[in-house]
Amino acid sequence: MKKFSVKSIVAIGIGAALFFVLGRFVSIPSPVPNTNISVQYGLLAFLAVVYGPVSGALIGFIGHTLIDFSFGSGIWWSWVIASAVFGLLMGLSAKVLKMDEAQIGKKGLIKFNLAQVVCHLACWMVVAPVLDVYMMGEPWDKLIAQGLMAGIANTVTTAIVGSLLCVAYAATKTKAGSLSKED
Amino acid sequence: MTNLFNYIDRSSPIHRLSGASKLVCLLLWSVAAMTSFYTPLLVFLTVLALILFRMAKLRIKDVSFTLGIMLVYIALNNILIFLFSPAHGVELYGSRTVLIPLPGRYSITAEQLFYHLNVILKNACTIPPVILFVCTTNPSEFAASLNRIGVSYRISYSVALALRYIPDIQREYHDISLAQQARGVEMSKKANLIHRLKAASTILIPLVLSSMERIETISNAMELRGFGKGKKRTWYASHPFTPADYVSMIFCGLLLIASLALTAINGGRFFNPFR
Repeated sequence: MKKFSVKSIVAIGIGAALFFVLGRFVSIPSPVPNTNISVQYGLLAFLAVVYGPVSGALIGFIGHTLIDFSFGSGIWWSWVIASAVFGLLMGLSAKVLKMDEAQIGKKGLIKFNLAQVVCHLACWMVVAPVLDVYMMGEPWDKLIAQGLMAGIANTVTTAIVGSLLCVAYAATKTKAGSLSKED
Repeated sequence: MTNLFNYIDRSSPIHRLSGASKLVCLLLWSVAAMTSFYTPLLVFLTVLALILFRMAKLRIKDVSFTLGIMLVYIALNNILIFLFSPAHGVELYGSRTVLIPLPGRYSITAEQLFYHLNVILKNACTIPPVILFVCTTNPSEFAASLNRIGVSYRISYSVALALRYIPDIQREYHDISLAQQARGVEMSKKANLIHRLKAASTILIPLVLSSMERIETISNAMELRGFGKGKKRTWYASHPFTPADYVSMIFCGLLLIASLALTAINGGRFFNPFR
């Protein structure tokens, strides 16, 4: 098994804690029952881009499991797995699209948002309902409605929160070629 | 928020089990309950869960809040299923027995009612074990248990870090939130949705950036202490296994086998009394 670097271990731990705090205390109820608008997916997308696919997947998995644990109302494994898949896909697409989080410009933001829309669609319209049908045997129409609501809400919050985070993070980093030789 | 994970310290046979074996039991039980729709098995698991609650000396009062959430959740879930597909049961069981004719597709059928009973039972036998686990397992034992059941200690340590830093990040969130409110950012229910999202991001950015600094500090500190050099590590809060641990794990393993066997014998996941 490939060894994790100490940094990614810590990133997973702190990332999951952040994901938990945001998911647990900052969720905004949506019109569809049992489905909240959650800002934590913007954070997850951002962290997955910065720390890579494996960290992203584990942040989603551990963070979401802890949220479900703390509500004490059972772990909704299918959605937990969907969160993990979202982290994984975001991390992978950052690699494929060669996103550079340290100097994200207009082009980077467009890439980031394209990637997150596709990843959210894959997770909430495919992964979560398919797992729900298999594990809980619930009817498709209801799951699609829940998935659609969650997917759209998550896409919107990721677009706002994730993009803001990317820009703010890039601003703290030194740009490549920011030094110029004095005459 | 001192007791976020709701651990209730009592002396009972369930509390004395090691965290690792409880985790194994929870996983086996969850898989058993999730793969099967065999109604008698679901009834058995639900009754068993209630017995375990008695054994753990948990009172209704201790879990009344989570129990309330669970009941509301089950009710909403069922209403939603009925609204979206009132004939799902008919489809599943392949027959149609109308009990109360209603306009449109909303006629109440015996099959649909039986399907709803199954959904309720399914929730009733998957949710209580999680409550039981959370109430009887000390959070600091949790990471040690993960390592015990074969999760790499690096990942277990991530979980331990998450549990350790949740209160810190919560406090920081609260501090930043107060600071922003003092600067006039409105975050109460009075503001509309878009405003609240914006307000949330004024907290988020400082919170995330300071957490990333924290990641640097902690990983440097861990690296300096040589974390990750050894193949194993020991845990402060881990228990050795006792005979009771083995018995409970074997019992839950048998439950899973029974669930899979019933699905195979039944020739499908759904128990069908209408055939």
